[in-house]
Amino acid sequence: MKERRDPDLLLFHAPLLRQGMTTPKAMRDVIIALMPATGASLWFFGLSAVLVIGSSIAGAVLAEWLFADRASRGESLRDATGILTGLLLGLTLPPGLPMWMAFLGGFVGIALGKVIWGGLGHNLFNPALLGRAFLLATFPIAMTTWVPAGPEGGFFSAYAGNLALPFMQVQVDGVSSATPLGLFKFEQEATPLTGLMFGRIGGSLGETSGLLLLLGGIYLWLRRDLDWRIPVSILGTVIVFSAILGFFDAERFPTPMFSLFSGGLMLGAIYMATDPVTSPVTPRGAWFFGIGTGLLVMLIRVFGGLPEGVMYAILLMNAATPLIDRYTQPRVFGHGVEKKS
Amino acid sequence: MRAFRFLRRNFEHGVHPAHHKKQTQDLPIQRVPFGRQFIMPLGQHIGVPSRAVVADGEPVERGQLIAEPGGFVSTALHSPVKGIVKKVGDFRGVDGRFAPAVAIEADPFATQEVDPDAAPDWRSLSLEAFIEAVQMAGIVGMGGAAFPSHVKLSVPDGVRIRHLLINGAECEPYLTTDHRLMVERPEALLEGAEILRQKLGAEETVIGIEANKPDAIETISRHLSPDQPVRIVKLKVKYPQGAEKMMIKSVFNTEVPAGRLPRDVEVNVNNVGTVVAIADYFLRGMPLIERVVTVAGPGVTYPANLIVPLGTSVRDVVRFCGGLKPGTREIIMGGPMMGRPVASLDVPVLKGCSGILVFTEEQTARRKEFPCIRCGRCLEACPYFLNPSRLARLSKARMFDEMKAYNVFDCVECGCCTFACPSNIPIVQLIRTAKDDLKNRKESDG
Repeated sequence: MKERRDPDLLLFHAPLLRQGMTTPKAMRDVIIALMPATGASLWFFGLSAVLVIGSSIAGAVLAEWLFADRASRGESLRDATGILTGLLLGLTLPPGLPMWMAFLGGFVGIALGKVIWGGLGHNLFNPALLGRAFLLATFPIAMTTWVPAGPEGGFFSAYAGNLALPFMQVQVDGVSSATPLGLFKFEQEATPLTGLMFGRIGGSLGETSGLLLLLGGIYLWLRRDLDWRIPVSILGTVIVFSAILGFFDAERFPTPMFSLFSGGLMLGAIYMATDPVTSPVTPRGAWFFGIGTGLLVMLIRVFGGLPEGVMYAILLMNAATPLIDRYTQPRVFGHGVEKKS
Repeated sequence: MRAFRFLRRNFEHGVHPAHHKKQTQDLPIQRVPFGRQFIMPLGQHIGVPSRAVVADGEPVERGQLIAEPGGFVSTALHSPVKGIVKKVGDFRGVDGRFAPAVAIEADPFATQEVDPDAAPDWRSLSLEAFIEAVQMAGIVGMGGAAFPSHVKLSVPDGVRIRHLLINGAECEPYLTTDHRLMVERPEALLEGAEILRQKLGAEETVIGIEANKPDAIETISRHLSPDQPVRIVKLKVKYPQGAEKMMIKSVFNTEVPAGRLPRDVEVNVNNVGTVVAIADYFLRGMPLIERVVTVAGPGVTYPANLIVPLGTSVRDVVRFCGGLKPGTREIIMGGPMMGRPVASLDVPVLKGCSGILVFTEEQTARRKEFPCIRCGRCLEACPYFLNPSRLARLSKARMFDEMKAYNVFDCVECGCCTFACPSNIPIVQLIRTAKDDLKNRKESDG
């Protein structure tokens, strides 16, 4: 019998099987989860949403491309993390922000938030939030000028501010508005809950509809892309904290539901605090991280000078993450147990 | 919740690979015909290699001792066939390296019977003599690790074994050898269990079987006799349910302390195949000279469960199964999660070889590695609650000493972390590298 030549055998080490989930797939899942909220921002803010979010994605992707070495250029674009950072940043920006600022924010977010740390997986701070912090520090007025939902000219018109040229004085829109948190803090005026849930309110592009953000979070949880402990502990802490405050003075402090659905809390708790790179890797650490974020959010909102504190809360906890990880290593199986007899 | 833990019958963490058992789970065990040449490596168990006691050209009977234990953690080897010793020397092992072995050429005209009365009467043996008999029968853990069974049975004074746990989890995908043994040879399993239980003085025998083998559970239940204290525990299907410390956690909700053995929680664990081997020796006189092997995977023409004489080449086994399909890329000895790749078709089937799995492009395609994004999936997969993400990072930086603080030596290399990693980082491989390095350095220092 004529024997065929033996196949060339590989010697890959076991396990040969894989779960099937990959990092780029997980990134794409987050983008998919953000689609309802992004859609809502288009619905409420029309062309302005496209311009601002588009600019911030463009800035992020450009930085990604510019700083990647030639060999891995295609790869770092394909894993979609640049797009995700740009999208997340865009959703936190005011609808009337000049496009060039959004672009710069995306660029700086990737450049200073990710690339200089060594790229994906090595950064200490959430790149999108770092980009936002940069914008807030650099353009404090533009970043806190809010417009009411819906540009005057309808869906296909944009807020005048969007088209401001780089480094020119920003035109403030004729009609300006305030966010529910700003109203509450400075005018003692509460926004009805339905507006907060469905989103026809002033605020950043993506933070206005709490329910749609929650929907995407549930999708991520079902896909096992999200550490549920983090949003649960952040939102839980906020509820408990504001319930306690309300117990002392229901007039002066926001209700738990208001705290939950106002500002960037949903967006931050579900999509930014859960960024795996910048949150603790240990399950116990995730609880500490979430509780810490929730506490900081409430402290800044209630006692601080700013109406909103999600961004700084998350960035501060990002900085604490390596420490949290260090002190929350899980108990190894069989450690700390006694033998019988 | 903790109070209801006993209802869940499980250990924490672990992963759920697809079972891939349909291919062979209903195929009865067949016998592979004897080949021409048999190679018996002297170091096919964990511990000290055996010492050959035969010389070139010497005729041997089937089941005759060809190598004696090289120490306490070592075991005997027997000729799998009647034939002639061709050579005692170096042959290529599973990993392709040369290692001492005994090569035997089969006598083509022999009937290949074994003397059914070769074994001593187990009832009249003292515990010490029984343990020695197990060693001289060459019996090792048949689940894959091939740890000499007599070492496990040797319990120091003052330690008592209350439960004999029989491991029928077979949590590795593709493998169906224990499954078939439980379905086809329940009497032998229960006989072997009773021998072990009586010799150990255990109060009860517990057979742990994963829930995906209902026919095995049903068959064994039918063969239980009321005067034998045996119970069957149905376990959740999860990898690595068959790791002995995980199974003890599942069945008794007890953690074996780190660095200790099951006996420290009054349990002795033996794999189904090992228990059947005990019965085959003490009741039928056959030392460990053959074993059941699952031949499966996408690259094999006719998958099968086979009784293979030890030392048979993978080539002979695969040929019996209709040969390899085109596109074969890798052959694993053992399971796909913890098995070892074979270097060539000429390597012999060993005592610990529970499967010969033939894989093609899909399982062996080069997977693009991404940076670790610290998603924590590996932490939630690790049944030992280690931090594989951290360990992999340290190993890549060659910071092996720092890994000790992260309990690298608690790792049993089950591979759950690598399986779960979305960035395709070879985590368990990196951990293995570090452990090897640390061990080698310790040896050269000491």
